[in-house]
Amino acid sequence: MAFGPFLLLALMEGLVTSAVLALAAAGLSLVFGVMRVVNVAHGEFYMLGAVLAWAVSAVVPGPPAVAFVLALIIAPFLVAAFAAAADGLILKRLNYDPEATIVATIGLLYMIQQATLSLYGPNANPVQAPFEWRIQLPWFGYSGYKLFVVVAACLVLVALWSFLSRTKAGLIMRATQIDRTTARAFGINVDRVYMGTFALGAGLAALAGVLIVPIQQAHYLMGGDPLLLSFIVVIIGGLGSLRGTLVAALFIGLSDGVISMFFTPTLAKILATLLVAMVLVFRPQGLFGAKA
Amino acid sequence: MTRLLHPTRRGLLLAGGAGVLTAALPGYVGAQAAPIKVGFQLHRTGIGASYGRWYERTAQAALKVINDGGGINGRPVEILFEDDATDPKRGAEVVDKLTQSDGCDLVMGTLFSHVVIGSAPRAGELKVPYLVCSEGYHVASGMLNRWTLQPGITDVRSQISAMAPWVSANLGKKVTMIFPDFAFGHDHRDFFTAAMQAQGGEVIAQIAIPPTETSFTRYFPQIPAETEVLYHVMVGPAVLTFVKELGEFYGSGAKPQIFGFIDSLEAVDTATPGLEFLEGTHFWEAHNRVKPADAGEHEAAYRTAVGVDDNGASVSDAADIATYSHMFSTWETLFAIKAGMEASGYAGPADRQKFVEAMEAMTDLPYGIERPQGAKVFNGKTHQVFGTQNISQVQGGKLVRVHQTSLADGAYEDAVDYTTMSF
Repeated sequence: MAFGPFLLLALMEGLVTSAVLALAAAGLSLVFGVMRVVNVAHGEFYMLGAVLAWAVSAVVPGPPAVAFVLALIIAPFLVAAFAAAADGLILKRLNYDPEATIVATIGLLYMIQQATLSLYGPNANPVQAPFEWRIQLPWFGYSGYKLFVVVAACLVLVALWSFLSRTKAGLIMRATQIDRTTARAFGINVDRVYMGTFALGAGLAALAGVLIVPIQQAHYLMGGDPLLLSFIVVIIGGLGSLRGTLVAALFIGLSDGVISMFFTPTLAKILATLLVAMVLVFRPQGLFGAKA
Repeated sequence: MTRLLHPTRRGLLLAGGAGVLTAALPGYVGAQAAPIKVGFQLHRTGIGASYGRWYERTAQAALKVINDGGGINGRPVEILFEDDATDPKRGAEVVDKLTQSDGCDLVMGTLFSHVVIGSAPRAGELKVPYLVCSEGYHVASGMLNRWTLQPGITDVRSQISAMAPWVSANLGKKVTMIFPDFAFGHDHRDFFTAAMQAQGGEVIAQIAIPPTETSFTRYFPQIPAETEVLYHVMVGPAVLTFVKELGEFYGSGAKPQIFGFIDSLEAVDTATPGLEFLEGTHFWEAHNRVKPADAGEHEAAYRTAVGVDDNGASVSDAADIATYSHMFSTWETLFAIKAGMEASGYAGPADRQKFVEAMEAMTDLPYGIERPQGAKVFNGKTHQVFGTQNISQVQGGKLVRVHQTSLADGAYEDAVDYTTMSF
């Protein structure tokens, strides 16, 4: 394949990776930024989204598009509700202590994963894409659905951005992020903000899972895939900085696409991990993070 | 009456002795009828789960046939399934548990080659027969030990040697290979490359993909444009994604001839939306998923016993597609165990060595209900069985057999003589 089309395909694949990564990492970043909780179970919310999308598509008759739209609404909502419950039952009782919550979310990771294995089973199940449309370029074909994923992720991120910057709830979240004690002094119910933030973060991960499942398949171990890259993105972008997360997701996704294709996917992972190490050494707060 | 009331000393001794014997009798009978315990190392979870599901069903079906026929050496047989999560480390632990804690007479059933390679050394240390259903060349290569045997399925090297002449004669000479980047895939890479060279063909690119990969499009641009034949073999939960993305990549544009190992589509319906591009492409199959018109006389009975319909799907769920080209190996291995135990007069773990020696003495294994995939020849020196292979073409969304190889097509020189190794 000639260089031009080769690069085009690499960039298209990279954009899809970026889009899914941005959604997953935005949730992770939000949870860390507002709550100072490193959520190791974040990938499992992504997996739950995918598995619930499969469940919805299995129950809902009719064209796959109907089931898909329903899954886009139901799965993030259920996962968010579950996350809110986990917050109230576990994280709140640990007073959001950073070390304790890491251990607790590791436990949560295994509980969700093994519960899914018991209830859903060990098999990978496909979910039909809402539409079958293929773009045929002169050099290669490409799934139209993958491009839809990019557009959908952009829309969700714009919505998230305006929620945080234009609404009162967003203002309250940002206020809590900047100073929890002062926020409380101003009558903000910090516990509720935390619960809402954890639910929102999980819902975003689940949404990413629903979007990815027609490309991949729903499998109980899939939560591990986005977790490492999400952490890489969040650390490079600056923990808690949504803008940094998006820029880093775009950068990591595109470089992953290009390096994977021109060299090997393993090299792409090595370089991304090396970049994290460099960022931690020379700019520990991340590219866009405020100095602690 | 006086005798009963005043028993003699001899009478008391006799009665007492009879009592002791009576008390001991159930134990003696029990020992005779105690079941033979077969440990089954099963990929119930992890990346091999779809195979595990069908390996378990097939083994259960074979077990029922064997027990209905009177068991082995007059004793019933039971199988203890233990999940290894398709993980080599866990695999070795499972061999240990089945042998030491559960007291199994032997262990069988492992498929994924990295789990076989991770577990076989432990079986060798425990001196327990370890019968794998894996296809990998690791048994016949001499890499493992005298306790490891593969009596139920032909190894990859032989399968490939039998395929290569047909591929080069019918599809093309310039081949690009896509294979999973672990032992099983490396067998494909090494032996298909060599086999094509022997046919005057050439492998122009080798693309290795990690078996845990979930996204494949990024690998396809490495396929050189001058490729005449694309050879693919993939494993793991993402096989459907792999084939779908391959179809998207070529789209409606020009594409090379495509020859795949059915591993890339085991447990996947060939009529799945997105796989239309496979129409007219070819697959290796050990055992034809779609029942051929000229199938052997035992094919129907085998399918009924396992619960598979003529399209290779579960009779209770048409969407549950079998791993048909691999699962027969558990059935045939179980019958090989029966033959080996009967030939060695196996009575218990003390006879494990005698059992392995009896297995090594096996040669011709004719077609029958014991071997629904076909007649085979067992090579006692390399611990490996050899059978015929099939090439199928996708026609109307279904796999139709177009060629069957002979045993001679897959023959190669022995690389090891396990019988000279110590136990």
